Amino acid sequence: MSDTALLSSAPPVSGDAMTGPRGPKPRRRFSRRNIFIYGTLIVVALYYLLPLYVMIVTSLKGMPEIRLGNIFAPPVEITFEPWVKAWAEACTGLNCDGLSRGFWNSVRITVPSVLASIAIASVNGYALANWRFKGADAFFTILIFGAFIPYQVMLYPIVILLREMGLYGSLTGLIMVHSIFGMPILTLLFRNYFTSLPEELFKAARVDGAGFWQIYFQIMLPMSLPIFVVAMILQVTGIWNDFLFGVVYTKPDLYPMTVQLNNIVNSVQGVKEYNVNMAATLLTGLVPLVIYFVSGKLFVRGIAAGAVKG
Amino acid sequence: MKSIRTVLTATTALCAAGSVYAADLEVTHWWTSGGEAAAVAEFAREFEAQTDNTWVDGAIAGGGGTARPVMVSRIIGGDPMGAFQFNHGRQAEELIEAGLLRDMTHVAEAEGWKDIVNPPSLLDACTVDGKIYCAPVNIHSWQWLWLSNAAFEKTNQAVPTNWDEFVAAAPALREAGITPMALGGQPWQSSGAFNVLMATLAGPDVLQQIYGDGDAEMAAGDKMTRVFQAASNMREMVQGSNVQDWNQATNLVITDQAGGQIMGDWAQGEFAVAGEVAGTDYTCLPGLGVIEVISTGGDAFYFPETGDAETEAAQDALAATLLKPNTQVAFNLKKGSLPVRSDVDLETANDCMKKGLEILGSGAIMPDVNMLNTEDTNNQLNDLFVQFFQDPSISADDAQARFVDIVASKD
Amino acid sequence: MAATRPIRLFRNISAKIAAIPMILTAMVVFVGGTAWTVTYSFTSSKLLPKAKFVGLDQYERLWNTPRWLVSLENLLIYGICMMVLSLVLGFVLAALLDQKIRFENTFRTILLYPFALSFIVTGLVWQWLLNPDFGIQSVIHRMGWTSFNFDPLYNADIVIFGVLIAGLWQGTGLVMCLMLAGLRGIDQDIWKAARVDGIPSWKTYIFIVIPMMRPVFITTLVIIASGIVRLYDLIVAQTGGGPGIASDVPAKYVYDYMFQGQNLGQGFAASTMMLLAVLVVVIPWAYLEFGGKKHV
Repeated sequence: MSDTALLSSAPPVSGDAMTGPRGPKPRRRFSRRNIFIYGTLIVVALYYLLPLYVMIVTSLKGMPEIRLGNIFAPPVEITFEPWVKAWAEACTGLNCDGLSRGFWNSVRITVPSVLASIAIASVNGYALANWRFKGADAFFTILIFGAFIPYQVMLYPIVILLREMGLYGSLTGLIMVHSIFGMPILTLLFRNYFTSLPEELFKAARVDGAGFWQIYFQIMLPMSLPIFVVAMILQVTGIWNDFLFGVVYTKPDLYPMTVQLNNIVNSVQGVKEYNVNMAATLLTGLVPLVIYFVSGKLFVRGIAAGAVKG
Repeated sequence: MKSIRTVLTATTALCAAGSVYAADLEVTHWWTSGGEAAAVAEFAREFEAQTDNTWVDGAIAGGGGTARPVMVSRIIGGDPMGAFQFNHGRQAEELIEAGLLRDMTHVAEAEGWKDIVNPPSLLDACTVDGKIYCAPVNIHSWQWLWLSNAAFEKTNQAVPTNWDEFVAAAPALREAGITPMALGGQPWQSSGAFNVLMATLAGPDVLQQIYGDGDAEMAAGDKMTRVFQAASNMREMVQGSNVQDWNQATNLVITDQAGGQIMGDWAQGEFAVAGEVAGTDYTCLPGLGVIEVISTGGDAFYFPETGDAETEAAQDALAATLLKPNTQVAFNLKKGSLPVRSDVDLETANDCMKKGLEILGSGAIMPDVNMLNTEDTNNQLNDLFVQFFQDPSISADDAQARFVDIVASKD
Repeated sequence: MAATRPIRLFRNISAKIAAIPMILTAMVVFVGGTAWTVTYSFTSSKLLPKAKFVGLDQYERLWNTPRWLVSLENLLIYGICMMVLSLVLGFVLAALLDQKIRFENTFRTILLYPFALSFIVTGLVWQWLLNPDFGIQSVIHRMGWTSFNFDPLYNADIVIFGVLIAGLWQGTGLVMCLMLAGLRGIDQDIWKAARVDGIPSWKTYIFIVIPMMRPVFITTLVIIASGIVRLYDLIVAQTGGGPGIASDVPAKYVYDYMFQGQNLGQGFAASTMMLLAVLVVVIPWAYLEFGGKKHV
């Protein structure tokens, strides 16, 4: 709990302008303050990296080494076999083609689902923030309420709903389900973001005679990169990692990668192969991780762009 | 809007077209552990060798709790798989009543199941209103104690021949750094082990009275008090087996880190996969060596209504294949279970299986708990016993009182 | 402007059309699904939903089940700790990253990456790190400190904190990210003005910046809280609800009864109680959020 005390124990900044987020570079490199900030961040970073380190190290070890050794020790003999096995050989039931089986399905599910859910939610947020109509608040409240409904409860009602729409078992149905469950949080996110944009912009555009879609595409969208990145992070992660919907609302030929991950991790063939589990885990997490690394830069650029006020 | 609708219908049409490729039969099951997977592969092999159909494997790991919502959703969603595995017993009753499962009586008659399935109670569990809805594939019994011979050798003790000897040998094992008994952390293993103690130490009749007739007085009686005492002993013996899955617990016995485990005969598949030999590497005691009795639960395959003629033909073919003598032998040897027909030759069976077959032949059988209890009652028992075995602060008396409540309110 | 009724309906027509998916989701899925759940919680539905009504039986049984009470207590402890700690840690980390530091990208990525991993994975890794036989405890034993005792996952009294460690590891990064986005949205002039007035930076944060970030805090709170209420995967992967039932949570209770125990009615009754609890929080919030604004 030392972190809570942190704000108050930080030495008050005297005069020099560097507290602000975009202030000039600090002049003294080893001020007490800098040591404190970097020290804290490094300690926190280590805590965050430890599990990743253990996962990577373990995935490169052979089983005998894992059984004897220290989980933090680097591998004595590096082997990529667990990775190969996780990707292409691990069995579930009769299918012994590892995670590779579901990879493209995951892509096919994630890409349209992320696009659809973000498109719908951003328009919702925009309508709620700038075009308040009667009853909008009530719908929004219900939506927020929906954010708290445990997924499991909605499983059967949605099965029935999809069946009635003739979408059960199809990709479209699954995309719809992801859009529905992504909607509450994303709508909240976009609504708050659009509310925080200066209202004069919107009013000026209306005076110029711009309509709903025109304002959305020409004024709101270009200013909203940061929030789109946050929304994308949320959705890519959520949808890529989803297991329940993927397995309940589709058929084996559309099962996402997480179904195989669950099968590898949950089905123990004799001894639990921790190295294969870890490799499978890392492989499954790779896509969201790569997106984070790429969008991390976008995130900053987006913020820079969004901060240039019109 | 119009274009969206066209896209939607086009997609559904595509998907529908995809599933019409006949003779691809999707089979959903949760058999994913080593022995289980090897066994189900035998089904697939026989099915594809004997018919022109293709087995599309839909394995879902994580047991019934994970797989069941998938199965039920698929069936009520109107897009069912070709066949699915359920535990034998009361689990599928409602699906049958709702008319979602196919009547397989014609296959049963053509194949003469009535004459070959032994014990007949297996087929009874598939029968509703005189119609047969499932194909029983094996007999599983819970009442086995698996012991690691090496663990007892290490402590210079003879391998126990019954439960009491095992309890007596426990302290020496503990001293030698061996966990006397392995028990996985999942709830069903705790209640399963308790039910075995009850069936063997108090006797099958007591179990029948309590679960079959809901006799709360019996549940509160002296006989059960002794069972709870034994369970309390067992709780001390399982301290330190920090594993979750049943086969991880079995693995502790295989690797001699634990002295023994109470687990169903499916544990044998794990010993086989590990290359262990019954009698020399490990010992099995049916009925915990106390009373020779086994329960006749098992797995069965059910076939949803699809309304598709080609799928139905494949379903018929699968149902027939599952009970063929060859299939039964190949499957059950791998799975470690007993065949549902007594006319097959299991010469290659190992000692433990032969013991099981003998007991089955002698007629010392009892119904499986799944056939007496609903899953709801089982779930309540799971909650009680997993708590009891993991939390030493609950006294045997308190646990018995809660047990009596569950029995009194069961339906 | 004398707007007649039909014209009023067509005002902002594009906005209303654009909101159709939201309205349908809210009404059909969330309201409809909830009503369906509540209705069937009064039935004795087992494997399939069946309209065989039994009054309050399921609720009576629910509140007499020790496991339900344990799971509520766990959710309460986990919820409060998670809410407070992730907000505080997330904000502090964001404030630190906002100090124009070097390697901001690197630090941010490190803090955020666990969020890319699913709860299943998180649970698995932390189950491992916290395993007394080969995790952190054994390593410290091997270093010579043999009396060191740290096995939260096998100790019923503190297991929920073992889950909390993993939950925080996974979730704080996103909170930090949202807070950072919020901090960057604060006008530069505020900081300049505060500095001119000689207000210490911690005071500026607490009394000026945080109140300005109210929308961000609300978003974050909703995200954290909905994650807490739905907490399920992490428990399943990390502890399986154990030891015994010591780390059970309501969502797991619901799931187990619906699908493992084949007692849909009981599961629906439990989820109705969960939804009720959520309503108790959401309705006052909505009132505060929208009730006051009508007069503006």
